[in-house]
Amino acid sequence: MKIELLCFPEIKESDFLNKNSFQFKQKQVIYMASRIKIKKGLDIPLMGEPQERFLGEVKSDLLKICPEDFTGVTPKLSVKVGDEVKAGEALMYDRNHPSVKVASPVSGIVTAIERGEKRRILNITVERKDENEFVDYGVKNALSMQPEEVKESILNAGLWFFIKQRPYDVVANPDKDPRDIFVTGFSSAPLAPSYDFILKDQEKDLQAGLDALSKLTKGKVYLSVSPKTKSDALRNAKNVVVTEFEGPHPAGNVGVQINHIAPVNSGEVVWTLNALDVAVIGRLFNTGKVDLTRLVALVGSEVTKKGYYKMLIGTSLNEVLKTIPKPDDSRLRYISGDPLTGRKIDENDVLRAYSSQITVIPEGNNTHEFFGWATLSPTKYSAGATYLSSLISKLNPNKRYRIDARLKGGRRAIIMSNEYDQVFPMNIYPEFLLKSIIAFDIDKMIHLGIFEVAPEDFALCEFVDTSKLEIQRIVRTGLDMLRKEVE
Amino acid sequence: MKALRNYIDKIKPHFEKGGKLHMLHSVFDGFETFLFVPNHTSRSGVHMHDARDSKRTMILVVVALIPALLFGMFNIGYQHNLAIGIDPGFWETFIFGLLAFLPQLIVSYGVGLGIEFVTAQYRGEEIAEGFLVSGILIPMIMPVDTPLWMIGVSTAFAVIFAKEVFGGTGFNVFNVALIARAFLFFAYPSHMSGDQVFVRTAGTFGLSNPQMIDGMAQTVDGFSGATMLGQLAITDAPNFTEFSFHSITGGQASLMDMFLGFIPGSVGEVSTLAILIGAALLIITGVGSWKTMLSVFLGGGAVILLINQFAANAIMGMPPLYHFVLGGFAFGAVFMATDPVTSSRTEKGKWIYGFLIGALAIAIRVFNPGYPEGMMLAILFMNAFAPLIDFYVIDGNIKKRLKRSAIKNHERV
Repeated sequence: MKIELLCFPEIKESDFLNKNSFQFKQKQVIYMASRIKIKKGLDIPLMGEPQERFLGEVKSDLLKICPEDFTGVTPKLSVKVGDEVKAGEALMYDRNHPSVKVASPVSGIVTAIERGEKRRILNITVERKDENEFVDYGVKNALSMQPEEVKESILNAGLWFFIKQRPYDVVANPDKDPRDIFVTGFSSAPLAPSYDFILKDQEKDLQAGLDALSKLTKGKVYLSVSPKTKSDALRNAKNVVVTEFEGPHPAGNVGVQINHIAPVNSGEVVWTLNALDVAVIGRLFNTGKVDLTRLVALVGSEVTKKGYYKMLIGTSLNEVLKTIPKPDDSRLRYISGDPLTGRKIDENDVLRAYSSQITVIPEGNNTHEFFGWATLSPTKYSAGATYLSSLISKLNPNKRYRIDARLKGGRRAIIMSNEYDQVFPMNIYPEFLLKSIIAFDIDKMIHLGIFEVAPEDFALCEFVDTSKLEIQRIVRTGLDMLRKEVE
Repeated sequence: MKALRNYIDKIKPHFEKGGKLHMLHSVFDGFETFLFVPNHTSRSGVHMHDARDSKRTMILVVVALIPALLFGMFNIGYQHNLAIGIDPGFWETFIFGLLAFLPQLIVSYGVGLGIEFVTAQYRGEEIAEGFLVSGILIPMIMPVDTPLWMIGVSTAFAVIFAKEVFGGTGFNVFNVALIARAFLFFAYPSHMSGDQVFVRTAGTFGLSNPQMIDGMAQTVDGFSGATMLGQLAITDAPNFTEFSFHSITGGQASLMDMFLGFIPGSVGEVSTLAILIGAALLIITGVGSWKTMLSVFLGGGAVILLINQFAANAIMGMPPLYHFVLGGFAFGAVFMATDPVTSSRTEKGKWIYGFLIGALAIAIRVFNPGYPEGMMLAILFMNAFAPLIDFYVIDGNIKKRLKRSAIKNHERV
């Protein structure tokens, strides 16, 4: 790790790492002085980047909230079929923490509650009424409120699910005091939307959200930004410590940022958010309304008209996705989120809770590549140098690849070494942590740093893995089992 | 392609569950995925994957072995010609070597892949590609005149007891090819070292048959099949300057001959130049670890320079360059030590692991009168210690994390 200190050369790297000797309580300017450079990682040159243009608003009559999106929450219904709800009224809550609720994005009537195996709730459908009625939570200024009041406000409005916690990468437990709160101000994932573009006109909401967060911890609120960001609201945000993260993906992952700023120690809890969600929380304080409208980027190699749509969480994507031309003999893969960590959805599914990106790539399931292991084809992308793509990318950095959803190999035991490490910029040994999870050796898992990680931090490991293991699923299972065991 | 694909799709149902050929489904799957990239798509986690897979990486190692393989085969013929005093031209020389080597390769692949197929089928798994590399390595590290049945037996022993009993590719503790060699080395020592086994004096497939007297091939006057290290081990020269290497016909052998590979030895090990070409490919593609390779040479070099200071005989006084181009040192460093499964898996660990392999190999060479070469034993020995090295590297990370937590907790109090 290399830290460049732009305007305070007398501050040494060690000072920065050791928070106790370096006082952050000075002026805002000092915060801007820190830039952390990430070397390990990978920017996958994927075709279909979003164009910065607004394509319109998407509205659907039926909106669906899917409880599976809220990791760590055991859903209990707050409504029955036939109930009338206002926008901002709770649809469901967490059985273990009843104060954690999920708000309805619109006003209307609950028309269906779909259940799956073991009566697990799959989704709650709300039919929109013509005029959107909001629950009025009152305009508030978080800075002049008590911490408990701020917490109450967010919990009551059903927006708490935006706050996640480490360890376990689940919706935060509101009863615990976080050591610090970390907010990532950019996404470095493949085809990620531009936060600058989305947050335009939301500057006040973002700041109000950050103000609210600053009340929720006795520690600090850290906001990480990309060196490329031009957004004043991010760069000069107040009441937070701003750090620039430079480098390839996963520089924008909050887990990586925590690991470089102040790692999570055993026994500590930190909360994590995304700047786009912070703006939604800020909107609650500025307007008194729960407004789950998001600007969502439609991206991917198969999308002909790439750009941004405005829509509510839970909006049916059918309208948008059916405009994408489908080749006769092949299927498309629709993803709510980015292609590394997003959720696979079908054409009639909805915008999921945390997504600001809809990605469409070819499924590729009826491609039969002859002697693929011997090919010298320049269209096959690999991060390693065993294919020509690495050479081509060096000669032409602007070359983009169309990558489909195939595994492109058989599942094997872990064979190659140092593959994961090259895309894992944290002070953790990913392979050994994974092995300890597979063996479910609790002591080893904790010692090797499982409290610091989330499945998304392993997404690139899973991408480059020659053994094609389901690494994110292994990590998720490990975290869930550990949580059950420890809590 | 289309016709082949259609045919495979047509016969596929027979191998699926309930089909009458289900008992061969792993073999079918092995061939299908060999021909066509599997097209199942991701169900959880990332929605796209890197194009490289296990097949690609293994095949690249095989490609990296080809320069050494081709040269080694030529050298079999070349040494044979020298031994019986003929010069039939380049192609005949090469074909002689090819024909002498090919049966060994076929036996090694046949036995090894056969066992792999059976165990994969028994476990209901896909066939792993690991043996593609082991299968070509085994004949390349055996003396030219090793009988075929020995190759078969040692391959079977290595695949079953060094790999499958541990769970197959990815779980083995020791390098499979080296176990095959070690098995023969201890079971049939007379066939694995000495001056009788590294030069093929007999003909092959009726090609280039020498005159036979009492069942012994008639060789030119002054012939000795001892390898360079073998010569060193038995010399009574008091120091290295008074010692000189000789070729199998008694003439001087220069350092350049040894570097290019015109010396007796196993197929893979003779040409350091060819090995370096392979090393370059492994390093460029990232399949082999340059850290391991470099550290083997560093470790070997360090020990040689140390021993040179106290030289009491010829081999103790031999400078590093000779050590590097002789015997299996370079081949072991590039193709054996870098086996990712049996090597250290941490980057720091690779430096230690490689360094100790180099150091041990030289120590065995110089100080053990029984074994003129030490590379095989050094690598197998360090295979056993690789997990321990990793343990301490990882432990450093764990201690740092615990210390960080302890400081934090202390502050809180």
